[in-house]
Amino acid sequence: MVKAKDLTDREYLYGHKACPGCGLGTIGRLALKILGERTIVALPASCMSTVTTIYPQMNYFVPSLTMAFAGTGALLTGMSAGLKAQGITDVHVLGLAGDGGTADIGLQALSGAVERGDDFIYVCYDNEAYMNTGVQRSSLTPIGAHTTNSPSGTASYGEKKPKKNLFEIMIAHRIPYAATASSAYPYDFMNKMEKTKSIQGPKFIHIMCPCPTGWGFASDLTVEIGKRAVETGLWYLAEYENGKVKMNVVPKTLKPVEEYLTKQRRFRHLTEENIRLIQEHRDREWELIREKWFQEK
Amino acid sequence: MAKPKIVKFKFPESLEEMPLGPSAAAGILTEPNAGWRVQRPVLDHSQCVKCLLCWVLCPEGVIDKESGELEIDMNYCKGCGLCAHECPKDAIKMVREGEDDQ
Amino acid sequence: MINNPQSGHLDFLNGDEAVAYGAKLCRPQVIAVYPITPQTIVVEKLSEFVANNQMTCEYIHVESEHSAMCAAMGASLVGARPFTATSSQGLAYMHEMLHYVSGSRFPIVMMNANRTLAAPWNIFGDQRDSLSQRDTGWIQVYVENGQEALDMIIQAYAVAEHDRVYTPVMVNLDGFVNTHTFELVRIPEQHEVDEFLPPFKSRNAIDFDHPRSFCMTASTEWNMEFRYQQQEAMNQAREVIAEVDKRFGDRFGRYYGGLLEEIRCEDAEVVLVGLGSVVGTSRIVVERLRNRGLKVGLVKLRFYRPFPKEYFKRLGSRVKAVGVIDRDISFGYEGAVASDIKSALASAGQCPKAIDFIAGIAGRDIAKEHIEEMYAKLYRFAERKDEEELQFIGLRW
Repeated sequence: MVKAKDLTDREYLYGHKACPGCGLGTIGRLALKILGERTIVALPASCMSTVTTIYPQMNYFVPSLTMAFAGTGALLTGMSAGLKAQGITDVHVLGLAGDGGTADIGLQALSGAVERGDDFIYVCYDNEAYMNTGVQRSSLTPIGAHTTNSPSGTASYGEKKPKKNLFEIMIAHRIPYAATASSAYPYDFMNKMEKTKSIQGPKFIHIMCPCPTGWGFASDLTVEIGKRAVETGLWYLAEYENGKVKMNVVPKTLKPVEEYLTKQRRFRHLTEENIRLIQEHRDREWELIREKWFQEK
Repeated sequence: MAKPKIVKFKFPESLEEMPLGPSAAAGILTEPNAGWRVQRPVLDHSQCVKCLLCWVLCPEGVIDKESGELEIDMNYCKGCGLCAHECPKDAIKMVREGEDDQ
Repeated sequence: MINNPQSGHLDFLNGDEAVAYGAKLCRPQVIAVYPITPQTIVVEKLSEFVANNQMTCEYIHVESEHSAMCAAMGASLVGARPFTATSSQGLAYMHEMLHYVSGSRFPIVMMNANRTLAAPWNIFGDQRDSLSQRDTGWIQVYVENGQEALDMIIQAYAVAEHDRVYTPVMVNLDGFVNTHTFELVRIPEQHEVDEFLPPFKSRNAIDFDHPRSFCMTASTEWNMEFRYQQQEAMNQAREVIAEVDKRFGDRFGRYYGGLLEEIRCEDAEVVLVGLGSVVGTSRIVVERLRNRGLKVGLVKLRFYRPFPKEYFKRLGSRVKAVGVIDRDISFGYEGAVASDIKSALASAGQCPKAIDFIAGIAGRDIAKEHIEEMYAKLYRFAERKDEEELQFIGLRW
């Protein structure tokens, strides 16, 4: 179990230009504190790369490469193979991609890399839209969210499709380790990062990264919003390891989804009908989860 | 404080001084983010129990625990208020810039 | 200087196999290749070498060509020597990565089997795929036969990894005509290639003692300077190509002439320029016509980028007409090679007549008769008789 007082004081991601309160700052800092300075970071086009590497200010204190949008998985493969070919074994290869660069344009490369079993850690930080280019929808945008290209209007309630389930896609690949996490649960995330250090092969962590700018809430509510997502069952924290799924946090009862939705500007337009739709979808998902993954206590 | 410092960057003045290809030394900070703030955190050490939750959560990493007492690097704090909101002891207050610490 | 054309051993190989042997000799540490006709034999032969312990490298079964180039870039980034290969649709698929790799200055070597681009769909050879990638910042060489293919893979690494260059190199073979034709090829000894091409210590790779951020954002204030630097490296490459050609010839006994080769051009009145296998056919036609007393010449354009502008500038004053065999066309204008050559000719001031021959598209044969016809047209054009400046050769109607 990771303890904050044992973590290094060194910052490997510092001075970046992310929005105040953005979850990705927490994610990047903590991931690198766990992995240490012998880490190479691959950043596709995303918020993460845009705010951290603008010549001459370089906010990563470890080697990094800003990559074409679609190719993170393949770049990680190449790095991992290149290191192996040279007999270098004490370096971590970390991909920090957004939801777009993972679930949409980057899905092919990720799938290929995981199928091949290459050795890398892939963290998908999910702010649920293409935030960097102005809040356009991605396949990880939740139902009902207003984005600039799936806006709410007289004929639309925003995004109509549910989030693509990356966690289950990774399980279907029989990946050695997959997990969901949240920047609102930093210790859970750090424990999962710590685990990835000792596992061979591809490791995947899908971490929710609440976005004050894109979701529409005050910059000091990032953790609160992240916690509500889990408490209402609209996000869950789980791990897949050794062929089994373990839920890390199981709320006794799922709170009504309104407690999450009404706090964010992107859901403000939702009618009661819409909210009911979202709640029903959540209930159906949790029925499946209980069927598949809950061990008898 | 053990936080990274701003450095004066020397831009290449000729073709010969350019790096080989578009790469740059990692970890070079050339300007502060302090100008983003409209409010700043003020930490009451008497209330602080050093649980380090603010240190863990800060998206900027500006909270420093090296010396035992927590310090904040005001060059890079953006004033998001997450530390104040999450502190279990309410030891951090957000004060508008331009006003005295109370 | 060892001049020993007898060293190494002869084998009966097709062009793809020659490329595979050439790559094997260069000891790449990471191979990331996606199969596409007519390059598949390269992929298969290399995997056979690996499966039989004849090569020590990481062989990655990438799931697309775009990923192949991403993986090659990743390998180069961490200091390993990569190799990849593709053709036509695959080359087009990795287009953005071609820019990425050349802009980042990673010295990657890639073999490309020249094959036409869909639509309509066709697997046979022309040069539309690589010529339409000419602006991506890659050094491009076009080989005539299997021996040259093997040799140029080795030279490609020497050029790409040269301290003054650090630019990726594309080695082009004509689809099927080169890739699948069996010829006698001399395979050099491994120890000789090791001496010619020592292990590569990249200056453009990760170093944990001096960590760097690669491919960072370069804003409007700094971007143009990096582009100027890239152009300068291409300019430097001209000299390096000639140096490597000489060093290779001294070592292995085969000289190729560097950026281009002139065949019977000293006193030529009309000249044809070609790239790749068509040069082999053209040599025979040149001999034939010379025997009839016609002063024809042939230029084998080996390197398309960097473009040998100075040579063409000077050629203008020596000949009456220049013909370019373009196995491609930039729709809406003319063949890319002719455009570049005509622009170089024009910059000399006095410009000879030039005809752009669009030929050999999608595997359409360029026969000796066609080439004779081209020379005849050039003579007519030089004598101010009516000839179109752009002509499709070998059409049905």
